[in-house]
Amino acid sequence: MSNQKREPIVRIVHLSKSYGNIKALSNINLEIYSGEILAIFGDNGAGKSTLIKILAGALNADQGTIVVGDKIYSSLSPSKAIRLGISTVYQDLALVDCLDVASNIFLGREPAYAGFFVDKNKMESESRRVLQGLELNIPNLNSPVGLLSGGQRQGVAVARSIFQGGKVIIFDEPTAAMGLQESAKVIKLLQKLREEGMAVVVISHNLHHVFEISDRICVMRHGQIAAICETKNILPNQIVELIMGATNIEAYAAAGV
Amino acid sequence: MQQVKRLFVTGNQNFSQILLGLVLLITVIVLSLASPFFLTWDNWRNILDQSALQVIIAIGMTFVICTGGIDLSVGSISALSGVCMAVAMHAGVSVELAILLGITAGALVGMSNGWLISQLNLNPFIVTLGTMSVVRGAALIITTGIPIYGFPKAFTWWGNGHIGPLNPPMLIAVFIALLGALVLNKTKLGYYTLALGGNEEALRRSGVAHKVYKLMVYTICGITAALGGLVVTARLNTAEPLAGWMFELDAIAAVVLGGTDMKGGRGSITGTIMACLLLGMLRNGLTILNIPSYYQQLAIGIIILVAIIVSELRLRNAPGHQKNS
Repeated sequence: MSNQKREPIVRIVHLSKSYGNIKALSNINLEIYSGEILAIFGDNGAGKSTLIKILAGALNADQGTIVVGDKIYSSLSPSKAIRLGISTVYQDLALVDCLDVASNIFLGREPAYAGFFVDKNKMESESRRVLQGLELNIPNLNSPVGLLSGGQRQGVAVARSIFQGGKVIIFDEPTAAMGLQESAKVIKLLQKLREEGMAVVVISHNLHHVFEISDRICVMRHGQIAAICETKNILPNQIVELIMGATNIEAYAAAGV
Repeated sequence: MQQVKRLFVTGNQNFSQILLGLVLLITVIVLSLASPFFLTWDNWRNILDQSALQVIIAIGMTFVICTGGIDLSVGSISALSGVCMAVAMHAGVSVELAILLGITAGALVGMSNGWLISQLNLNPFIVTLGTMSVVRGAALIITTGIPIYGFPKAFTWWGNGHIGPLNPPMLIAVFIALLGALVLNKTKLGYYTLALGGNEEALRRSGVAHKVYKLMVYTICGITAALGGLVVTARLNTAEPLAGWMFELDAIAAVVLGGTDMKGGRGSITGTIMACLLLGMLRNGLTILNIPSYYQQLAIGIIILVAIIVSELRLRNAPGHQKNS
């Protein structure tokens, strides 16, 4: 409830997207707030990934706008999204396996002398600082990220998003390919980002994790938002019913928001 | 044995260069035992002179292959740029300007390769196969198929001159090699060259103008090919429209032998230089030993195949490479 009184950091208005005849998203309206974890939950093909790809600038919407601050955009490119403070940790992490940890964290924004010669020392010391801030332990910053574990790779991708100056960080299935211990670490990481006042958007399949971490849940079904509710006001089985489309959607929406 | 195996399968970045260095050393020992002439300075001058040309072209090729691409048009570019220099000089243009024109022609061909590959997202093999033929055709049309010869001394100096015990092609090669190593290892362009080969989509999502960098890489390759054209034309005092025949294959062979991954993402200028030296030494050694040139072709082909098999088997076992999809 308290969210309604604050200004959203990003607003998605009437967004629609089709792939040929298939309507991936229709008329999506969503607000994203700082200092909050918003979970986007839904079955395969519900449109979660399409939604975040549009937000990250990797895809263009057919209709609708994205409002950041007082500026209205009909489409974003990856570099524009990053400039606006919207960073994404993709499910595939978008890491360059052959480059080392520091190079990946700084990919696209390497500190350089004369705009050309990369300042490797600065890259390493800054990387170490950020990774320490995230309480991530990666012993050798010179090793190619292809040699790291799943959790460490996730950490590198998160560190990059923070370095891009993200105010909104979107996570696409952050725990999908992880063991229990590593998932727990990632969840702690998300909570830390929220404490630091960032807006965190998490796409997840894992209902248990969604309830553990999120402040609000946005349930998607067939390219539409089935409900947006505060996590504390809803029960897991109600979410399942929403996803299956078995009960009166409006009732839950009213109860949640 | 365990250690040998570990060296073989783990992600030791310098493995290829270490192995290549050993092979190089063994080759020197064997050839110097086989022929007393091999270790003389005259002979080494010969090897370095021959290798210089290959190094110049292979450095540009290293950049292209690091992006996961390929450039089959380098031999044709060498011929075209030589022809451009020749035509310009015969039209009364000064030597310096003629050289500049020839190199610009090479850069433009490289740039159009890069544009087609990055902007239109076409396959590098097919694009450069096409430009290989187009550019060769252009060189033949300009010369009507007849070699152009007879240039000022200031021009032929670039092929035959003397700078102390060395000659200009060697110095060009050293300069290009140092510049190449500096750019690949220390600059944004070098980082993005490797990232283009490693994960182009990640680079795009990081907001890097990936297409511009790809275009720059192919332009670099065009420039080094044109420098190769300068050396060939000056050395022979002739601009031959069929010059640079099969240069592309020699360059690709040297790059791969030097440990640069054909899939992109990993590459080494040092490796390329060592491979050029090894190939030059082998050609020279086999000639000194009076082995017929047919067998030379065979031997060099086998060495390249073995090199690819070794590097491929090793990469297949390296953990960093499996996740790369």
